[in-house]
Amino acid sequence: MAVVEVRNLCKHFDGGRVRAIDGIDLATGAGEYLVLLGPSGCGKTTLLRTIAGLEEPTEGDVLIGGQVVTGLPPRARKIAMVFQSYALYPHKSVLANIVFPLRAAGVERGAREERARWAAGLLGIEHLFARKPRQLSGGERQRVALARALVRDPTVFLLDEPLSNLDAKLRTSARDELKRFQQEVGVTTVYVTHDQSEAMGLGDRIAVMSDGRVRQVGAPVEVYDDPADTFVATFIGSPPMNLVPHGDVLLGFRPEHLLPSEHVPGERLPVVLSVQRMEYLSGDRHVYGTVEIGDEPTRVIARLPATVETPVRPGERHEFAISVGRLRFFDTGSGTRTDPVRLASLPAASGLGA
Amino acid sequence: MTAPARRRLADRDSTLGWLFLTPTVVYILALVGLPFGLAVAFSLSDVTGGDPSFDWVGLRNFERILADPVFWRSLRNTFVFTAISMLLIVIFGKVLANILLAEFRGRWLVRFLVLLPWTTPVALSTLTWLWLLDSVFSPIDWVLRRLGLIESNLFWLGQPNLAMASVIMVHVWRLVPLAAVIMLAGLLSVPKDVQEQAAVDGAGYWRRMFEITIPLTAPVIAISALFGAIFTFTDMAVVYVLTRGGPTNETQVLASWAFFRGIEGSDIGQGAAIALFLLPLLLAAAIAILRAVRRMEVS
Amino acid sequence: MAQLVQVDRERRRFARRHRAGRVTLYVLAVLAALAAAGPFVWAAITTFKQDSDLYRRNNNPFVFNKPPTTDHVELLLNRTGFTTFAWNTLWVGTLVVLITLALSIPAAYSLARLDMPWASRMGIAIFFVYLVPPTLLFLSLSRIVVALGLQDSAWSLVVIYPTITIPVSVWLLIGFLKTIPRDIEEQAMVDGHSRLGALVRVVVPLLFPGIVAVVVFAFTLTASEFIYALAFISPSAEKVISTGVPTELVRGDVFFWQSLQAATVLVAVPVALVFNLFLNRFIAGFTQGAVKG
Repeated sequence: MAVVEVRNLCKHFDGGRVRAIDGIDLATGAGEYLVLLGPSGCGKTTLLRTIAGLEEPTEGDVLIGGQVVTGLPPRARKIAMVFQSYALYPHKSVLANIVFPLRAAGVERGAREERARWAAGLLGIEHLFARKPRQLSGGERQRVALARALVRDPTVFLLDEPLSNLDAKLRTSARDELKRFQQEVGVTTVYVTHDQSEAMGLGDRIAVMSDGRVRQVGAPVEVYDDPADTFVATFIGSPPMNLVPHGDVLLGFRPEHLLPSEHVPGERLPVVLSVQRMEYLSGDRHVYGTVEIGDEPTRVIARLPATVETPVRPGERHEFAISVGRLRFFDTGSGTRTDPVRLASLPAASGLGA
Repeated sequence: MTAPARRRLADRDSTLGWLFLTPTVVYILALVGLPFGLAVAFSLSDVTGGDPSFDWVGLRNFERILADPVFWRSLRNTFVFTAISMLLIVIFGKVLANILLAEFRGRWLVRFLVLLPWTTPVALSTLTWLWLLDSVFSPIDWVLRRLGLIESNLFWLGQPNLAMASVIMVHVWRLVPLAAVIMLAGLLSVPKDVQEQAAVDGAGYWRRMFEITIPLTAPVIAISALFGAIFTFTDMAVVYVLTRGGPTNETQVLASWAFFRGIEGSDIGQGAAIALFLLPLLLAAAIAILRAVRRMEVS
Repeated sequence: MAQLVQVDRERRRFARRHRAGRVTLYVLAVLAALAAAGPFVWAAITTFKQDSDLYRRNNNPFVFNKPPTTDHVELLLNRTGFTTFAWNTLWVGTLVVLITLALSIPAAYSLARLDMPWASRMGIAIFFVYLVPPTLLFLSLSRIVVALGLQDSAWSLVVIYPTITIPVSVWLLIGFLKTIPRDIEEQAMVDGHSRLGALVRVVVPLLFPGIVAVVVFAFTLTASEFIYALAFISPSAEKVISTGVPTELVRGDVFFWQSLQAATVLVAVPVALVFNLFLNRFIAGFTQGAVKG
């Protein structure tokens, strides 16, 4: 039984003119960490809020724990939510913040304190009980928000971009903590973010969304290696997948698969790369250049790891190659993934150094 | 070669600051400070309408006032009116603020209608109430008679307790829209996600109201209480028009009594002395409320 | 199975509660509208009532028992100084608002932004000035008005009323200024404007909601003010609505009730309409958060 499920969900605003969610079917497994990933305005936050009960769907149903909860207010759904701003009650102490849901549920004092201590202990914030939110750092606030979410023993955690407000350095350690926390507690989690590296790092499965629709749902490996369409292909991965138009199809290949020929074993597609510029990032070399295997010269990026020491300089032309098994094909019109086509029309490598 | 460019006047912050502030300060000193000083002087003099010569008489005016039972009556009334009005204004204002904020059909019309009491000059709206509370023709009594609730008309403005209630009612009626708009601003500034968080955390309507919204808007509620107090405390128009302080000074307040003694009684010294009592009380209340607001501020 | 039934029951319970809440809201809204506007509705009807209809104890005050008449409106507009009063109130109000803005905006700016010494204390002092009641000052102000030669002229009000409007306006504007981030002005200064230029070009436009609030507040206070208008001005031609209407339409013991009500309605409705416009903008401005995915 799926813990959280949405069926045929639609949410329209403004009399149908804005279709924030345009027909979504999604289901989570027990204890799963599902990430809703997409650019600003794709509907991921609206979807989260609809699951929470903060928005009523125009069509379709939300199910939590196997029950249809459409029509129930948030507090009847046994969920916990953490907002981007953490929404800590500014006038209450940390302890009062954490016990608030328990008081609302009518739990009596002794049991409340016990649970608060347990949750705080899990997150290492017992020493902050007497403080007020404005006296806490960003990371501490996040932990208080998580503790407050935890005490209700919810069926599902809903998290809306909780790492966006942290500075970059804090973000990676917070991300790690978050993942470990979720694995320890084992609660099904739905997590919204626009940051694809965050999604790849945190999610058991990722639902890539745009324009109110889910483009693809799958494990990080899946959405990375086998993107369902060009949107997913270019949204996931940094730098994004290269796309070269070739007749009816778009040829897709990841930057790390475009390497100097000598480093590509097996069946491969030869590519001549005219190098324009280079970037050095954390040991990798990002090579920006153009290739001519398509209908017209196309700009691409190649990512050379430190182990590839072939000298490459701007202004040069080099023989690169792509392993054929790494090529992906997309329909030019719709952008969806198609079966591989024969590339008979490609020029063989002209005698440059071969 | 070139001399260092001197900052133009329009750039010199400190000069600009004083330039900006001085006109206001001078204006207020001249037209508030000076008259205030004069009023204090008057209270210590024997100036009357008939005898405008200025002679110092020390605290004689104050002695006369303190011996006057009407003064004590006025003082008591001022407190009672202000306290009760403030309470009612805050409660009704909060309810009205919520109504103004809510979405429902016809809310434009309701918003328009509900603002009317504050937008009318006090003299005019109070005159309307003069008829509405008339002992013979009152439409309110007419409705009550038709409903069978009363036999003969009530002396809204003639019977002491009813008269006080009437004065309070008109004050409250007039000021609730103002309080509502002030509190509306406060309500709008409560971050939306804090309220949604409370909803997700399991809090129902009343818990959200009393544990989240009201504590977070407490400063604004205090400010609207303060404005309500100021406008009630210093108002003489309602009493002047509605009851003239009657019956027999039962509804007299300090502000109206000062006016009656000073203008109609022509005793300017006494009028000023009575009015002076308003100031320390108002200052004390204002300081208390502003201190409370500062403590309540949650950043 | 039992669980599904339970969820269904819960859903119905919440739907019931929601409905009850909506009903309460409508009831309260109607009650509020009635309580607030009832007197005005009555006033509007009474305006057109014949004397013989009005001065009958048992007549329904809310309907026309005799046919309506425009006599009283005609009296108000043609045979009293109402139009003069209205005009006086209008130009006095406008000038007072302009003076208030001209003095308050710089004052508020200097206190909020220009790091004046004792800035916060001065701000509080200005507010406390507001607390000095007109009933205390009007006696001595009458003397000053006479000394300035403005006795019995509406200009006395133009000079005096800003003392009532400025303190609160400064306080309001400081509040609004605090919500405008400093870097916008600093950007303007980097871009080549002087501090004064930045104020005029950048801050004032952003301060627009605050200015609107000040205009509305100042105008209503001015139009409503009673004591000073009563004390300083006797001749009818110079009176404002607030004192003119009561004195002209209440002659001794005779009240021209219908004309009075006509005046009340004629003044209240336009002002409330303008108020309402701003209120709606105000609310809309705050509640429109970005609707993001």
